[in-house]
Amino acid sequence: MSNAPVDTGRRRFLTAATAVVGGAGAVAVAVPFIKSWNPSAKAKAAGAPVEVNISKVEPGQLIRVEWRGKPVWVVRRTEAVLNGLASLDGQLRDPASEEMQQPEYAQNAARSIKPEFFIAVGICTHLGCSPTYLPDSFGEQVEGVPSGFFCPCHGSKFDMAGRVFQGVPAPLNLVIPPHHYVDDNTVLIGLDTGAA
Amino acid sequence: MVKNIIDWIDARIPMTATYNRHVGQYPTPKNFNFWYFFGSLALLVLVNQLLTGIWLTMNYVPTAEGAFASVEYIMRDVEYGWLLRYMHSTGASAFFVVIYLHMFRGLIYGSYQKPRELLWLFGMLIFLVLMAEAFMGYLLPWGQMSYWGAQVIISLFGAIPVIGDDLTLWIRGDYVISGATLNRFFALHVIALPLVLVVLVFLHLIALHEVGSNNPDGVEIKKNKDENGWPVDAIPFHPYYTVKDIMGVAGFLIVFCYVLFFMPEGGGYFLEKPNFEAANPMKTPEHIAPVWYFTPFYAILRAIPDKLLGVVGMGLSIAVLFILPWLDRCKVKSIRYRGLIHKINIAQFTVSFIVLGYLGAVPATPTLTIVARIFTLTYFGFFVALWVYSKNEKTKPEPTRVTH
Repeated sequence: MSNAPVDTGRRRFLTAATAVVGGAGAVAVAVPFIKSWNPSAKAKAAGAPVEVNISKVEPGQLIRVEWRGKPVWVVRRTEAVLNGLASLDGQLRDPASEEMQQPEYAQNAARSIKPEFFIAVGICTHLGCSPTYLPDSFGEQVEGVPSGFFCPCHGSKFDMAGRVFQGVPAPLNLVIPPHHYVDDNTVLIGLDTGAA
Repeated sequence: MVKNIIDWIDARIPMTATYNRHVGQYPTPKNFNFWYFFGSLALLVLVNQLLTGIWLTMNYVPTAEGAFASVEYIMRDVEYGWLLRYMHSTGASAFFVVIYLHMFRGLIYGSYQKPRELLWLFGMLIFLVLMAEAFMGYLLPWGQMSYWGAQVIISLFGAIPVIGDDLTLWIRGDYVISGATLNRFFALHVIALPLVLVVLVFLHLIALHEVGSNNPDGVEIKKNKDENGWPVDAIPFHPYYTVKDIMGVAGFLIVFCYVLFFMPEGGGYFLEKPNFEAANPMKTPEHIAPVWYFTPFYAILRAIPDKLLGVVGMGLSIAVLFILPWLDRCKVKSIRYRGLIHKINIAQFTVSFIVLGYLGAVPATPTLTIVARIFTLTYFGFFVALWVYSKNEKTKPEPTRVTH
């Protein structure tokens, strides 16, 4: 054993250096543990956003796309339908879309980014059936309203902005999924913004 | 022969010394009352949860496809599976009953005050881990309320600015609550959190035995010792308090077994009715309410109209309990010798907690929301008022010896 005096500066440096290297190692080891909690490749593939070409949708037409296992509707609304929306406010549960059933950018009168195109998850908020689109015969359900959505399971009714009528089992408006327009003819369903 | 074996062990590990330090010769204040049952009862319930939990994992299937059916399988086809499952689910509620009463004891007798701050902090950490444990456990049966309750709670993290959405995605491991979420909650519920819990309980007990138990009079028995260094107001834990605690266990088991055998669903509060239906992501239950032990905090969350502030408020309602030892600046511990204002404050806090608990369990209406706001204020008011008056509180003289 050496009797040389203890070089405390050197000892402190070596202790600190060892601690720093060890700490860096511990942080590096933490990465796989944290990252493994992210959605797996399988989950990501199943939940990927869906691109929809809307250039060929006729006025009044509804097309369906599947996103995360749910039907998503894209409806091209006519001017007449849009003008008629405000007159229904008195018959609806949540005419101003106060319940957060839609992203903030769709919390408006038409519940959409472009008033012309209505994009919603086609699942009734009551018990998960898919309502039927009645472009011409909705008047049989609600007098004086030509078009809307009618759920065949328990009779819930929604207007052309997916807003639920009073006196039906469904408690909430239809869900508007996150979406944005990539260009004039293409909408990406499943993402809020272009950053992806 | 037995003595030889004990001597052999004691020469290798401090078995007898440890037993004497924590049980055989642990000096315990001689004036413990009813409120001092709940520490040992919490240990009993912990053992119940660990044992029945291990046995449940033997038949439970932690997948979205198999979970609900496997719980029904346990209930119907496994011998005594129904009993093990109900012991576990009733035990969860019993755990919170016992823990809340245990915390209330600490509150009224000032057991969080110096020198027991760290003891209180370990206790609060146990409470926090217990809440996480209960929340994750409730997802496992994969019933409707499991699913939608988890949906609501996980979405709370989404209120955090900037990282919120990524954080919820990270917690779920999927875009919706799915088998991935169920699987990780299972891992945390049966391995990670119980390990943490047991370590924290160990630290809680070590901290308790280091500083010594408080008592209903809140006077330090260590200040008055006889010639052998034994506190004159203390009796050894064994046999006096082991026997007393066994009495408590008997009383507890009568109530526990009544619930277990006659109302295991606890009137829809221990096991909520929608949870007898398998999780269905397409169908929201009409009224989503957390299990009763979370309702006071849930009521605070709902009372605040802003989502982020609501989450912050709920977090604060638990966080503020952590700093209780430093909010109370009074030198007198026990409610017996504290001022009238403190007694009123504790009474109003108790009422606030119970009313919030009720409000969190029922659907919100505009009137009830206003009531919830008032009681949220009085809940936090307890801590603010305590900090203000405790500095110069008019107290009664404390006795030098414990009374009983």
